[in-house]
Amino acid sequence: MKIAITSEKKGLRSKFDLRFGRAGWFCIYDTENGEVIFTENENKDANGGAGTKTAEKMAELNVSQIISGDFGPKAKALLEKFKIQMVILDEGNKTINEIIERLKNKSTINSN
Amino acid sequence: MREITILSGKGGAGKTSVAAAFASLAKNVVFCDNDVDAADLHLILHPEIKETHEFDSGTIAKINPESCTNCGLCEESCRFDAIHPNTTGMPEVNPFQCEGCRLCERICPVDAITSVQNNNNHWFVSDTRFGPMVHARMGAGEENSGRLVTEIRKKAKEIALEQNAGIIISDGPPGIGCPAIASVTGTDMVLLVVEPSRSGMHDAKRLYELVKSFNIPVVALINKFDINLEITAEIGAFLNENKIPLLGKIPFDPQLVESMVKEQTIVEYSPDSNMSREFGMIWQKIENNNN
Amino acid sequence: MKIAVASGKGGTGKTTISVNLFYFISKEWDSNVRLVDCDVEEPNDVLFFNNPAIQSREEVYQLIPEIDTEKCTFCKKCQEWCEFNAITIVPKLNFAEVDASLCHSCGACSAACEFDAITEIEKPLGTITNYQTDFGKGLTEGCLNVGSSMQTMLIKKLKSRVDNNDCLTILDAPPGTSCPVVETVADADYIILVTEPTPFGLHDLKITVELLDELQKPFGVIVNKAGLGNRDVYEFLEENNIELLGEIPFDRNFAVSYSSGDLLQNIPDKTTRVFGEIIQKIRRKEVVK
Repeated sequence: MKIAITSEKKGLRSKFDLRFGRAGWFCIYDTENGEVIFTENENKDANGGAGTKTAEKMAELNVSQIISGDFGPKAKALLEKFKIQMVILDEGNKTINEIIERLKNKSTINSN
Repeated sequence: MREITILSGKGGAGKTSVAAAFASLAKNVVFCDNDVDAADLHLILHPEIKETHEFDSGTIAKINPESCTNCGLCEESCRFDAIHPNTTGMPEVNPFQCEGCRLCERICPVDAITSVQNNNNHWFVSDTRFGPMVHARMGAGEENSGRLVTEIRKKAKEIALEQNAGIIISDGPPGIGCPAIASVTGTDMVLLVVEPSRSGMHDAKRLYELVKSFNIPVVALINKFDINLEITAEIGAFLNENKIPLLGKIPFDPQLVESMVKEQTIVEYSPDSNMSREFGMIWQKIENNNN
Repeated sequence: MKIAVASGKGGTGKTTISVNLFYFISKEWDSNVRLVDCDVEEPNDVLFFNNPAIQSREEVYQLIPEIDTEKCTFCKKCQEWCEFNAITIVPKLNFAEVDASLCHSCGACSAACEFDAITEIEKPLGTITNYQTDFGKGLTEGCLNVGSSMQTMLIKKLKSRVDNNDCLTILDAPPGTSCPVVETVADADYIILVTEPTPFGLHDLKITVELLDELQKPFGVIVNKAGLGNRDVYEFLEENNIELLGEIPFDRNFAVSYSSGDLLQNIPDKTTRVFGEIIQKIRRKEVVK
């Protein structure tokens, strides 16, 4: 299963990005082989509709779950149609690495 | 962290004065002026601008008369009636009517149309004596105010998360159109400011209909309640019927305008007035309503 | 002649002034006058008339494209042409949809599609109503459906419905300075700006003056609620050579009668005088034209 994590920059030590449509990067983590790929969000400065564009991208990338701080209503409606699970995490100070470690340990994503 | 958005439907009901009064009473909050079209909150809060951002509100078409063959296709296809012949009979774009859809540019058989970026809008991150504030300045006649609202609200939320602020106070725009919709979308609570007039009540009801469709909790206050006690009672009944908590009633008081002239909040200008006391009570209810 | 009544700030008294102008123009100048409520988000001119009879009501529509996924080849050309990011296409899911709330009804996607997969469907936008009034030619009101963000499109349609009237027209504009206001004042011959002598009123007046200068429109200012606030508005008008058409003093009794919708009952002599003078000044504009 592929999980997308919104990331401010490229690299495992980057901070988790609380925004979805306007996140800087996406970290795509594959739970089957542990592979990690970073892909830049070319829609982050879009003139409106950044959320729907990004949702489309997630579907194209075969992502099954997204971890982000917030999903706009339009993106949310689309992701539901694409059957992509949304996980909201409210910890902007975490690094991507810390989040992946949590996923590996199969502990819940939300600490609270 | 919660965002509370002050709206009224009708203009001049007192949204900004309410937001300013709360500014004096609140601790650890972030301000966001969603009335990007005619922003006024800065006149009281005096923000010191820390960051200026350009807001890209889209493009406007421009026809190059040298290559234009006057075939009329653009004029015919424009759904916004933005292209008309000028005095020499050549088609010309009215920048105020142009929606920036670029259809004319794409269908022009001789590539005579280009799109020009519109950089007339700015938004700011500032400090005020009451806390951080995000606000904007739109160029006159600009489009896309809804998107600008979305943009500054996002920034306010980021700042609130960074600084661990408890509440974002958003001063909303009048009406129920695109900037109002952009203000309501995803907020945590709407504070309806109603003035006791036929139009105030009519407009508040339309706004409530909008907010209800978003399933967002609503609370209300009646401003200048003593101008018309009969309508104040009607508003009370309406709120009751729709289970909207009435947080308080503010009397009409010329001191409010005096405080505005002094560029102060009413709580700063006249802390012992009935108005200020009432605002204090209302703010307390909002703070305690921490669910 | 088309006269628009506008103000940057809400609640300065556009509706009061528009309704009064309508009344006094019909009495003192030309009974062939129509009031058009262009504040389609919150139209309330009608509240100041005593249950006026509805002459006609028309539903108006916006065109929203729909993509037929049977015909669609998922080539994404419509998506490329859509400047508003309203179209989502995921080829492998056979997914192609338009988000109506992002759509501006520009027709670019229809023009882009080579496979005839896009049809534009009418979606209700609001209503346009003609009311009969006891004086003048009547009131025409645009009313936006709650939840629609296409107010400017409705104003455009509203104006097209009254355009053919050869009578005097008063356009009551929405507050602000953005696209709906521009649409309202775009083909007005003269604009009356309503302000109040407060810092908020002055600030919003300044940005509206900026807009009208850009649009190269002739205008004058009415100061409403005079006596409140300070003198800064007057100084601004003087410094910028802007004509002061009249002043309407703040009066608590007036606020009370406004609040009940009784604007046109028991009009004080003072008000009659002020509006008489304002109308004289506007009539002179028409002669100059």
